[in-house]
Amino acid sequence: MMDLSSINPVVLAAALMVAATPILLAAIGELVVEKAGVLNLGVEGMMITGAVTGFAVAVTTGNAYIGMVAAVLGGAALALVFALLTQYLMSNQVATGLALTLFGLGLSALIGQGYVGISPPRTPKIDFGWLSEIPVLGPVLFRHDPLVYVSIFIVAAVWWFLRHSRAGRILRAVGENHDAAHALGYRVRAVRVAAIAFGGACAGLGGAYLSLIRVPQWTEGMTAGAGWIALALVVFASWRPWRALIGAYLFGGIVVLQLNLQAAGWRIPVEYLAMSPYLVTILVLVIMSSGRARRSLSAPGSLGRPFHAAG
Amino acid sequence: MLRLEKRPQPSRAWIWATPLLAVALTMIAGGVLFALLGKDPLAAIRMIFWDPLFSPQYASYSRPQLLVKAAPLILIAVGLAIGFRANIWNIGAEGQYIIGALFAASVALIFFPSGPADVRIFGRVLFSYDVAPARWWLFPAMILAGALGGLLWGLIPAILKTRFNTNEILVSLLLVYVAEKLLAAAAVSWLRNPTGAGFPGSRNLSQFAEAANHELIANTGMHWGVVAAFIAVIFGYVLLQRHMLGFHVRLAGQAPRAARFAGVAPARLVLFCLGISGLLAGLAGMFEVAGPARMISIDFNTGYGFTAIIVAFLGRLHPVGIVLAGLLMALTYIGGELAQFRLGLPSAAIQVFQGMLLFFLLALDMLSNYRIRLAWKEAAP
Repeated sequence: MMDLSSINPVVLAAALMVAATPILLAAIGELVVEKAGVLNLGVEGMMITGAVTGFAVAVTTGNAYIGMVAAVLGGAALALVFALLTQYLMSNQVATGLALTLFGLGLSALIGQGYVGISPPRTPKIDFGWLSEIPVLGPVLFRHDPLVYVSIFIVAAVWWFLRHSRAGRILRAVGENHDAAHALGYRVRAVRVAAIAFGGACAGLGGAYLSLIRVPQWTEGMTAGAGWIALALVVFASWRPWRALIGAYLFGGIVVLQLNLQAAGWRIPVEYLAMSPYLVTILVLVIMSSGRARRSLSAPGSLGRPFHAAG
Repeated sequence: MLRLEKRPQPSRAWIWATPLLAVALTMIAGGVLFALLGKDPLAAIRMIFWDPLFSPQYASYSRPQLLVKAAPLILIAVGLAIGFRANIWNIGAEGQYIIGALFAASVALIFFPSGPADVRIFGRVLFSYDVAPARWWLFPAMILAGALGGLLWGLIPAILKTRFNTNEILVSLLLVYVAEKLLAAAAVSWLRNPTGAGFPGSRNLSQFAEAANHELIANTGMHWGVVAAFIAVIFGYVLLQRHMLGFHVRLAGQAPRAARFAGVAPARLVLFCLGISGLLAGLAGMFEVAGPARMISIDFNTGYGFTAIIVAFLGRLHPVGIVLAGLLMALTYIGGELAQFRLGLPSAAIQVFQGMLLFFLLALDMLSNYRIRLAWKEAAP
């Protein structure tokens, strides 16, 4: 018989933020990429590359933060391969994104061989003093590792950048109509390459969060579709940063609840519960893409279209 | 300064030259990778591409493997190529492959000669029955079941796209994970071998003559899946090059607006492309589970559905090209295993190798679509 009383809502809410952080990081990066008019389907590949480089460097140096920096660089480096191919060699974005994922999965398995079964250096939680002692709110909001707060900060920064900065408006112009942006003298390619690199860096950091904090261990293929869920999250968010945060936390809630139900010994077999995050993601995609919700979607006008300045 | 100038039409010569060039470049880059891993690059390349076919020591084992590994890749890639031509992206073939195998194995296992059997749902006995001896029709029934399973799984993203405008790339891919969980559930519960001491995995279909996908000619690797792949290639060729529907597929990919004026119904095209690629992937799964894999197990799927994407592109989305590309990719699998066994080359290195191949191919594609011109400063606008 299932024992629902073993599920503590406070613990659940705290765990939800941790579960949401990797996909939130990857999604906010991809959101900027798509706002610049580029569809990079290689999020999964960049995430897992970040996960393994972050893990390997953290274990070698004994410092998790150095590992995270390496993950950022690793994700961005792989993203730049995508940028080179799609922006300068004019390759198909869908195919190149897939290639990035296939390549990233292989590369990470290769790098990660010697790191299976090792524990990474610990990432200490931030000490908020008396704040973390507040009942309910304390454990939910103020007892996390720094990256949870960094991810929220990145969301805020991206929101401000896209909404209120000149560079952000140029990026949006490039994404909405690259021909017009080009005619106005903006450097379409340069903007897009920068956005792609930022997306890769965020995905890499998200991957490192998985391998260094959430799991924390390295196993082959450990992202298990998180990159694809991040892509779906961007659609859910209608390309708006704060909605990506809400979506990620909702999704994190489902993941954590599902894990808790598994642990509580619910009668549904584990495999069917483990399916739920993917099914929910599909369901959300269906709801967001159809009917009235669709009109509120604001996909960037030039999303996925190649740009070649003629003349 | 180098400047790219779009060709009015892709260069035919470059279209077929780029895959060869990409393979050559991948060999060089792969050699560098193998050297970095501390292996002799020339020996590794030779072991991957030459020894499986021509070495007196290994060829007798490796050569039949070529068809065994190439058949599912070609079967899946032909279906994917039809969709890719129309800009309809089924990247969930791995899932359709799994579901096809599950459907086919379920049909076979219902008729497994084991005396009276129970049909259970969630552990409760629904009814009991005595198995009638299976006949010649079992194998064709399994083929139909496999095709149906793949078709249904492929139609999910298609229907969601046509009814709700949902992105088929994301849905088909997410369904791979759902299929993998279903596979795991099947291996530990409803298809588990009742005489297997509780270990995950189904009964061994090779012990069941009516359901097994036998080698048709001894020591060639030729099984019914190879025959099916051959038929699929011919079907794909006729469809794409000779049939009106194939013309519509290509038109929809190259000029969607013109296609609509020409009376192509986009919704029907989506259903067709995702349905046919799902069906072929399901068939591949069926022949695999009844043949080389012999049973349903948790790690039944080995990534053919994803490698087939590379095969489709390497074969230029053309059925004949796909045959060559499928054989080449099969060779990298077999040679990779050989190099793993003989040289201690990690298996992931082959995955990286295959990924690099796709990168080089996509990069070099520029040569068939663009002309590279030397432009002097004053000529720039």
